Amino acid sequence: MLIYIARKALILLVTLAMASLAIFVTLEILPGDPALLILGIEAQDDTLAALRAQVGLDRPPTVRYLAWIGGLVSGTSGISHTYAVPVFELIGERLVVTIPLALMALVTSTLLAVPMGMLAAVRRGRWGDFGVMGFSQIGMAIPNFWFGIMAILVFAVVLGWFPAAGFPGWEAGFGVALWALVLPALSLALPEAAILARVARASVLETLGADYVRTAHAKGLTRQRVLWGHVLRNALIPMTTILGLQFAFLLAGSIVIESVFSLPGLGRLIFQAVSQRDLVVVRDVVMLLVAFVVVINFLVDIAYGVIDPRARRAG
Amino acid sequence: MNKLLLGTAVVVFLMITGLTVGSANAQSKNSLMIGVTLEPPHLDPTAGAAAAIDETVYANVFEGLTRIDQNGAIQPQLAESWTVSDDGLVYTFNLKRDVTFHDGTSFEASDVVFSFDRARAGDSVNAQKALFAAIETVEATDPMTVKVTLSRPEGSLLFNLGWGDAVIVAPESAATNKTSPVGTGPFKFSRWVKGDRVELVAVAPDAPIQKATFRFMSDPSAQVAALKAGDIDAATNLNAPEAVLAFQADRNFEVAIGTTEGETILSINNTRAPLDDVRVRRAIAHGIDRKAIIDGAMFGFGTPIGSHFAPHHPAYVDLTGTYPHDPAKARALLAEAGVTDLAVTLKLPPPAYARRSGEIVAAQLKEVGITVEIVPVEWAQWLEQVFRGDDFDLTIVSHTEPLDIGIYARDKYYFNYDSPAFKAVIKRLNATSDPAARNALLAVAQDIVAVDAVNGFMFQLARLGVWRKGLKGMWRNAPVQAIDITGVRWE
Amino acid sequence: MGRHPGFVLGLLLTGLLGLTALISLIWTPYAYDAISVAERMQGPSAAHWLGTDQFGRDIATRLMVGARNSISVGVVAVSIGLVAGGLLGLLAAARGGWVDELVARGSDVVFAFPAIVSAILITALLGPGAVNAIIAIGIFNIPVFARVTRGAALQVWGMEYARAGLAIGKSGLGVTRDHVLPNILSVLIVQATIQFAVAILAEAALAYLGLGTQPPAPSWGRMLFDAQTLMSIDPKLAILPGLAIALAVLGLNLLGDGLRDILDPRLRTEPVG
Repeated sequence: MLIYIARKALILLVTLAMASLAIFVTLEILPGDPALLILGIEAQDDTLAALRAQVGLDRPPTVRYLAWIGGLVSGTSGISHTYAVPVFELIGERLVVTIPLALMALVTSTLLAVPMGMLAAVRRGRWGDFGVMGFSQIGMAIPNFWFGIMAILVFAVVLGWFPAAGFPGWEAGFGVALWALVLPALSLALPEAAILARVARASVLETLGADYVRTAHAKGLTRQRVLWGHVLRNALIPMTTILGLQFAFLLAGSIVIESVFSLPGLGRLIFQAVSQRDLVVVRDVVMLLVAFVVVINFLVDIAYGVIDPRARRAG
Repeated sequence: MNKLLLGTAVVVFLMITGLTVGSANAQSKNSLMIGVTLEPPHLDPTAGAAAAIDETVYANVFEGLTRIDQNGAIQPQLAESWTVSDDGLVYTFNLKRDVTFHDGTSFEASDVVFSFDRARAGDSVNAQKALFAAIETVEATDPMTVKVTLSRPEGSLLFNLGWGDAVIVAPESAATNKTSPVGTGPFKFSRWVKGDRVELVAVAPDAPIQKATFRFMSDPSAQVAALKAGDIDAATNLNAPEAVLAFQADRNFEVAIGTTEGETILSINNTRAPLDDVRVRRAIAHGIDRKAIIDGAMFGFGTPIGSHFAPHHPAYVDLTGTYPHDPAKARALLAEAGVTDLAVTLKLPPPAYARRSGEIVAAQLKEVGITVEIVPVEWAQWLEQVFRGDDFDLTIVSHTEPLDIGIYARDKYYFNYDSPAFKAVIKRLNATSDPAARNALLAVAQDIVAVDAVNGFMFQLARLGVWRKGLKGMWRNAPVQAIDITGVRWE
Repeated sequence: MGRHPGFVLGLLLTGLLGLTALISLIWTPYAYDAISVAERMQGPSAAHWLGTDQFGRDIATRLMVGARNSISVGVVAVSIGLVAGGLLGLLAAARGGWVDELVARGSDVVFAFPAIVSAILITALLGPGAVNAIIAIGIFNIPVFARVTRGAALQVWGMEYARAGLAIGKSGLGVTRDHVLPNILSVLIVQATIQFAVAILAEAALAYLGLGTQPPAPSWGRMLFDAQTLMSIDPKLAILPGLAIALAVLGLNLLGDGLRDILDPRLRTEPVG
């Protein structure tokens, strides 16, 4: 087991190192001069040079790469070229929007998907199943940003129940802030729920056929108790795995939804930072997202290793 | 499992509470909430070109020796009065007394010297360093008097000193102005919620507006919804003209169609064959239909221009008839120039005015036999390829600097126009101070670039402001990049 | 066929998509970039079946050409993934060892980048445009196909007949060609159909962000982007392109599911995403 974990940890480190290199090289060859963007069309050459020196862009690439990695490891933040504040601070300010949004989407999609998946499994081949699977197909086909646009049209423009866009900030009141996240969270949750409902249906079907469920039935437990007690608990294991991975992708996948609703989240930050060539910000945000995915994958692998000894050999 | 249930219950409860708290949001009458499109990258107007910086802090937080008023005229600000020597080389400014910076330090001549020397220094990162190019020395002759000596006469010095890039900063706070600006204006910086808003509070306890908030809403439809919901009181420049339509019939709002200094032009690379042939450029001029562009891209908001000059300026001459829309004439000119199957690229920067008019221009030029390939670019690429790299055929951009026809006299400016006749006119202009004579020279200058069809002159950008009825003192026009709220009050 | 109503519906919708795109090659009601500002934002009429957009262009025409755009993006992006990923997967399965390890680690790295983030970086690098969007989506498809191919191929390699092939002196390439490839083809076809749908969604999202297909070429995602500030004035501008995307993706997903059921009964477990 220790060897297995060590191997997985090594893979984790190698993946992170390769990713950091890929990020750095990509940003290095990205066309566009950050100094020119900051100072605009009337800027003089000496002013541009002064600015580049000020933010350290005049140092050789290897020095900047090592300084970046050193900073990440020791926890010292770079300074954003445009905002002139530490990047970690900037990321922190955005995470207070993006993480609650992703969590809300995750909870909503789970609350929608689990009952639907169970219903479909129990009613396999009948109308309930048909309805759920139909919903799932439609949910997967509708682009989430279009759902968001339509939700704005209906619930904000026509009915006026929700703000059309923007985020008032948590200090505007918890309820007000949360309210502004409802439509975006729903837009994110819909396709997730559609996928998750299928996973839920499949895993419930699988557990329904398992020996211990038959035994439970044989013991005379009521159908409901078997379903909610045994089946759901076991079906939750594969679903939690999927949920973990979904969460990582919700963080990044919210870029489009954050654009639709003009939310000041992580996705907007990376989008704006790329167009402003604030590369110090871009590389840290991308690295954070990558690290998130990789670490979750690592944890999932470890969990599987614990549950299923065969996984340790398979690699 | 129980934890999961508990968590779910909490979230559901929160959603319900959110539902009940959601709508109530009344405006008290001494606060002001303004929706703006772009968030400033930082708040130091002396260290960046972004218009959003000036819009937030110019005149409100930071002040210069002079200021530009709503009509584009020069007014005294931190300089109470000034005298100019007969040769135009020495300016003596008498400073306003009893002015303090927001951190409590007093404003004196030494601050002016510091600010201007900082902007002119070798390691300066001032985006408009050229504004100070004529300055030889800046001296404090006494704590309330500053003497600025020039190396050559500069007719626009007093105007230049009214720019946001020339505001007066204190040595104690200059280094941290980007994140916590300290100026002498009637509002002081309170806080900045990144990605969402900047808050300013009044210095004077009896000011009509005690708290002013700039909220960043990149999406015009969000600004419209926020205005209607009362979340914001004003939007000073809706970058989607169609959004204005929603307010024109609404009695609760005032719609202000004002002017800007933005000449929106189809820039042509004048040295690239066959665009170096004036007949080809005239064909392009005949090929574009300004009315269709203004209607289609700007929903009718915008004034056609025939040269690189703002229609509201006293020296303006209407030259839109120089090359009227005439596809047949355009084709004839192309044939005369021996150009067949002309294919060009049109690089479009991100703003909606550029992308939209670009699509229409491409369709219009197709009508006269010019194939236009649209290449959308980010600002970073535009600056590098078009503005600095000379790598373009056509582009669309709005030139927002006030009175900037002088760019046509610059060597190696991005559209590569080179006319000795025009340069001579600008040289005479710089040496002329009589207003009538200056206007006459400006008229000649306008005519030369129009006749040479240097660029496709399309329209002057309109400033589309919408605010709640009862809000007085908002600027209708934008002679400088500013949202000056120092004279705003509720009635 | 009657036992697969989803498959039939998927076939119909996909067929409709393909047919629309084919027709648009030889005929559309108008030119897709014919601007007529005076006729902008009209409702449906005999002249313009689905009305006109903000520049007075015919929406039906733009949707038809948009279908063609979506299909070409899907075909090319999936082909990139299928060819490159398929070869890598086959190689990894055939050689094992460090080659396998290399392919797996490479896939890990690519997968670690959320697709939309790498697409933003790639378009910033190469400039926005349909081709670069295709490249971005295609690159993301490579590890998808590499993993699927490797998994399926390993299963075949585990079979008696594949080992027997090696025993009678066939090369790894020979076994791959004669036994592995024919047996995993159905898996690849199913995966390709699903990825096709994913690619259409991805292209729409990129175009919506302003990174995909560029005007005046019509793209459904781009049409949605342009519609956002106009939808309170004219909702159909936002509704129609979204419907087109949803129907196309629905059709492809149903087709993929149906194909899985028909081609490969062994795989008739419930599909995941």
